[in-house]
Amino acid sequence: MRCDQCGERPAAIHLTQIVDNTVSQQHLCEVCAAEKGVQTEASVAKFPLSDFLASMGKTVGPAAPAAKEGGRCASCGATLEDFRETGRLGCPDCYRTFEAHLRTLLRRVHGASRHVGEPYVVATAGGTPEADADDSDVDGLREQLRRAVDAENFELAARLRDQIRGME
Amino acid sequence: MTLDLDLLPDGGVPWLDASGPDAAIVLSTRIRLARNLQGHVFTPRAGDGQRDEILTMVVAASRATPRLEQAVVINVDQLARLERQLLHERHLISKELAGLEGPTGVRHGAALLTTGDVGVMINEEDHVRLQVLMSGFAPSRAYAELERVDRELGGYVPFAFHPEFGYLTSCPTNAGTGLRASVLIHLPGLVLTKEIAKVLQGLTQVGLTFRGLYGEGSEVVGNFFQLSNQTTLGKSEEELLDHLGKIVRQVITYELQAREVLQRNAPTVIADKVWRAYGLLRYARSLSFDETMNLLSGVRLGVGLNLIGDLSVYTLNKLLVFSQPAHVARRAERALTDPDLPAIRADFVRALLDDDAQRRPRNGPAAEA
Repeated sequence: MRCDQCGERPAAIHLTQIVDNTVSQQHLCEVCAAEKGVQTEASVAKFPLSDFLASMGKTVGPAAPAAKEGGRCASCGATLEDFRETGRLGCPDCYRTFEAHLRTLLRRVHGASRHVGEPYVVATAGGTPEADADDSDVDGLREQLRRAVDAENFELAARLRDQIRGME
Repeated sequence: MTLDLDLLPDGGVPWLDASGPDAAIVLSTRIRLARNLQGHVFTPRAGDGQRDEILTMVVAASRATPRLEQAVVINVDQLARLERQLLHERHLISKELAGLEGPTGVRHGAALLTTGDVGVMINEEDHVRLQVLMSGFAPSRAYAELERVDRELGGYVPFAFHPEFGYLTSCPTNAGTGLRASVLIHLPGLVLTKEIAKVLQGLTQVGLTFRGLYGEGSEVVGNFFQLSNQTTLGKSEEELLDHLGKIVRQVITYELQAREVLQRNAPTVIADKVWRAYGLLRYARSLSFDETMNLLSGVRLGVGLNLIGDLSVYTLNKLLVFSQPAHVARRAERALTDPDLPAIRADFVRALLDDDAQRRPRNGPAAEA
């Protein structure tokens, strides 16, 4: 099947649109799809971080987001401006300070913003989590569970719940 | 401080022995996990004192960790450039940790803990980068080993973790699992049949990415590619590894098919290419690094097609690692810029191949042997 737009390249993206209750289908090649601004999983993955950071500056204006986010990370003093320049955050707390911006960024870079991998059991002084599987660890897990539920990260919450049950 | 390579278990390159699955095509499997310490500024923003603190904490924790207590500690920031490059050429440290790029050079506090197959880079872009390197195509075995080290170390130092975003990293492209799995794969068949562009394009569409011999920002030489997962968040560690595994299996199948096509359609051309490569390596008096890699690729293909009998993959792997610039320079006690390095490299390659040929009953195509 050829691309509806250029009629030359093979169609790789099949777009179904519903406008005013009318269903229309378009078959586009990757080039024409990109020109029309259609985002595919592949184009999201290829999206370079620096471009995204630059576009954040353009659309929102350089000073606005920092002010909106409270300007500086209270822990390390980094600003969104610093992040845009270096592509690196200042410290773990920056993820809380700039949470809304980072959620959008993570979605564009990874196609998701929720961690569904192994949950981390916080270190306790002087031993592995398994070795010290006592009440304080269960409390730590409960706290993580509460935060996971708050963040609507249900996959992680389910794992934590199972882990707590296993320990009790 | 001088680097004593004898201190490194197996010289830090146990994968050279080609003992892993599919080791003739997949040279090695590498997995790394990016971790940071809770409550500490990320390495790029940290001052010297803060980096010292991270180093002290991680080394102290490693001494209490069963799998790392015997690990050798190498203070990378105290090594000369040649030695840092040597560790990088062995894939033990990244270009960033080795301080080989940019005007700033090596970062204060940069260090490596290594047990041979498992290593911990300290004060890289992230505080801790755990990595494992194994021969052949072995993602599950490699991850199982690394996961244990991660769990043990994470039990002694608190890692930065967010309930929604997962493990927090200096660059958000690594957040979530912090996991990057890659294989170093040799694809001459796909390059010669000109199918490689299609395969590489296909990879990017399924969420994988490719790089050259030394990973990020490096050129492809000798038809060696590093394939790895592009994203680290939104999928579990198992899913990421399964996905990479499936795709790499497919790439191996394509490569073998391409080799069959070559042998069927152009047997003389291929045999000529392979033996010319062997002849040049065996008798040349001056070899640049790039030329050596390209010739080694031809010879490796010849071994894979059973055209060159008895030449071991181990010897090929040794040639690959030991003919790199810093390895040649260090062995000959010369500078990296020494104009005699190509001649010294050719002497070394010739000696190793002579040695290998003498151990073989007859030097010739397997079919005639």
